Amino acid sequence: MALSRLASSSSRSADLLKPLCSAISLRRPISTDTTPITVETSVPFTSHQCDTPSRSVQTNAKELFTFFRDMALMRRMEIAADSLYKAKLIRGFCHLYDGQEAVAVGMEAAITKKDCIITAYRDHCTFVSRGGTLLEVFAELMGRQAGCSRGKGGSMHFYKKDSNFYGGHGIVGAQVPLGCGLAFAQKYSKDEAVTFALYGDGAANQGQLFEALNISALWDLPAILVCENNHYGMGTAEWRAAKSPAYYKRGDYAPGLKVDGMDAFAVKQACTFAKEHALKNGPIRGKSLSLVEAIKLTSSCSVCCAYMQILEMDTYRYHGHSMSDPGSTYRTRDEITGVRQERDPVERIRKLILSHDLATEKELKDIEKEIRKEVDDAIAQAKENPLPESSELFTNVYAKGLGVESFGADRKEVRAILP
Amino acid sequence: MAAIFQGVGAAAALSSSLSNSFDSKKFVSSPLRKGASFAVVRSDGRVNLNPKGRRAQQLISNAVATKSDSAAASSSSKPGHELLLFEALQEGLEEEMERDIRVCVMGEDVGHYGGSYKVTKGLAKKFGDLRVLDTPIAENSFTGMGIGAAMTGLRPVVEGMNMGFLLLAFNQISNNCGMLHYTSGGQFTIPIVIRGPGGVGRQLGAEHSQRLESYFQSIPGIQMVACSTPYNAKGLMKAAIRSENPVILFEHVLLYNLKERIPDEDYICNLEEAEMVRPGEHVTILTYSRMRYHVMQAAKTLVNKGYDPEVIDIRSLKPFDLYTIGNSVKKTHRVLIVEECMRTGGIGASLIAAITENFNDYLDAPIMCLSSQDVPTPYAGTLEEVTVVQPAQIVTAVEQLCQ
Repeated sequence: MALSRLASSSSRSADLLKPLCSAISLRRPISTDTTPITVETSVPFTSHQCDTPSRSVQTNAKELFTFFRDMALMRRMEIAADSLYKAKLIRGFCHLYDGQEAVAVGMEAAITKKDCIITAYRDHCTFVSRGGTLLEVFAELMGRQAGCSRGKGGSMHFYKKDSNFYGGHGIVGAQVPLGCGLAFAQKYSKDEAVTFALYGDGAANQGQLFEALNISALWDLPAILVCENNHYGMGTAEWRAAKSPAYYKRGDYAPGLKVDGMDAFAVKQACTFAKEHALKNGPIRGKSLSLVEAIKLTSSCSVCCAYMQILEMDTYRYHGHSMSDPGSTYRTRDEITGVRQERDPVERIRKLILSHDLATEKELKDIEKEIRKEVDDAIAQAKENPLPESSELFTNVYAKGLGVESFGADRKEVRAILP
Repeated sequence: MAAIFQGVGAAAALSSSLSNSFDSKKFVSSPLRKGASFAVVRSDGRVNLNPKGRRAQQLISNAVATKSDSAAASSSSKPGHELLLFEALQEGLEEEMERDIRVCVMGEDVGHYGGSYKVTKGLAKKFGDLRVLDTPIAENSFTGMGIGAAMTGLRPVVEGMNMGFLLLAFNQISNNCGMLHYTSGGQFTIPIVIRGPGGVGRQLGAEHSQRLESYFQSIPGIQMVACSTPYNAKGLMKAAIRSENPVILFEHVLLYNLKERIPDEDYICNLEEAEMVRPGEHVTILTYSRMRYHVMQAAKTLVNKGYDPEVIDIRSLKPFDLYTIGNSVKKTHRVLIVEECMRTGGIGASLIAAITENFNDYLDAPIMCLSSQDVPTPYAGTLEEVTVVQPAQIVTAVEQLCQ
């Protein structure tokens, strides 16, 4: 998609100064500027059984600002969640995504709302990138009615059906077969869309992942498995859990790509590449195959399968695995600060914006202040929101159809009206 | 979900005064004698006093529940067609697949092979490889895939080649299938059907003779039904596919070759309803799946000995049809549960708790429960026989209960 316009990009950088001069005092014209800017990804891609996409990514000022804003928002949201947890307004498990924002933002930039995303329990930011509001996030975390799951899901169960965000799953690895099921449904309904099934480096050792991989490759499903490798499965480092920590190679016959997950543009490039690869090779139009035809078809496919792929995002989380994990018993503080200084995704975008003279430090700080206020407002609003009613306990256990009313044993008195 | 019973219009015409004011005292006073005329208590509690003798005869010999007049007539006279249970399941599945393009089947060897118990025979040829999917041996993931597909609106029917293999998919069934509707705040429904044969077969060995209904029964959000005749197999299969909730349909390995005449027209069976197999007076026998036949065999002996057992095939294992069961308990005051589950934590255990909680005042004797022994099913034929409840034990139990 964006790869074809690489040619004239380098000459354009001088033109950027023109709109800048007139707009230095106004943020708005700059943030909607769509003149192309070329950015290089931090490191080249490493691939397995396929070509690597180019290191040069097309972007523009508008996108840079969007990235900055979105990631800063996510960062602020997660830190606010941290404080809320310590204030005991959020209970149970709370897995924070700060440090990994580039994956959510970069992926969203490469796809449409028709494509499905499914992830594990570190889902707050992915939910927001799919269109969830801050109020829904904080209300759900605090168990209020305005939460995206009406307060009944909690931190690990964020879903947004209308933008094809399928959650939000607590059991490690269980979302990957679900994701392949989503891809199957897309192929079945001929949707021309793909599914991104995200999992972590810890989940990469789950058997069901390989099972799902096998089935997806066998049935040519438009599934893209994305391993968000933050190098620690809770307290266990990847080298202590996996014999082969090259997760992108684990697909064997499935093409794989290793991406710097702290660089939003690398993520965007990889996801664009993956989606294109998946759709270009097109699923087999569901025709009735005879046994002979089916055998012929499977034997004609080469070892490298059509388009089921694995993307490994090399990323890092600053917080511990969850709020109950300090995050410092299995890694040094120096490591954490080191990554924060050198590879922080928000800082990278900030530097890019500043180096391309798209805004001043102060303007960016203003954006961050605005974001902070937005988050605080959302939290205040969520705190006002009521807790669910007691009758909510019994709603949504079954879909309507298991009788509309629930009777006592004698069927004489109506105990509850189920929605 | 509406129960599309045949003749439901006619049934509704029955006076409503009878329906909710069922009074056991009134019942006892009406002239009842076995074989001559008796009152039929329908499974929804309406009382049909003294039906015509001929039909009464048919109701005893025909082990299928009384649905309504026209249904009883059609299933016993020439119209309708005869088939085996697995064919009934296949018919139900095929009709639903024709009716709704979103229905698809996933399982091991369901496609080209035709299904290990021939339930999906011919479907792959008819509907193609995208709707009848042969999966690799990966229960955890293909059940998960079925659930993921169901989240988007497809209606997969996942087959476990043997119910016992679905233990590998327990996480998916419990956490995803059962709970997603709740944890997403109602955003997603999971209209999946998980089916497969279970139960003790003929010397299949311990691992292939498992009864999983006891393990699945506490999962919130799922429904469980067990079929026992070709009629209810087809009806339950269709109802399960049409239901918006996840349904687990338990079939039994030894019942696949049962033959029965079923109606030609489209019908479904209510998923939450129990089936009145044989109305009676003295004792309520609750059973499901294969044990129904052991009970009916014992019933013959019991009738000869002068007892009048009421046999109810509970069919709906989750939730229990406490309405039908309750009405029966209020009539007979004695309950015997005959099940194939293990003693510990089985369906019978839950049923005892439910009945005791709700109908304790109506019971004249403690509830008896005959279940399989708490042992892995042995291979040797004689031992296997002893593991499962046999008709002789049922007769003894009823005699003991009715003392």
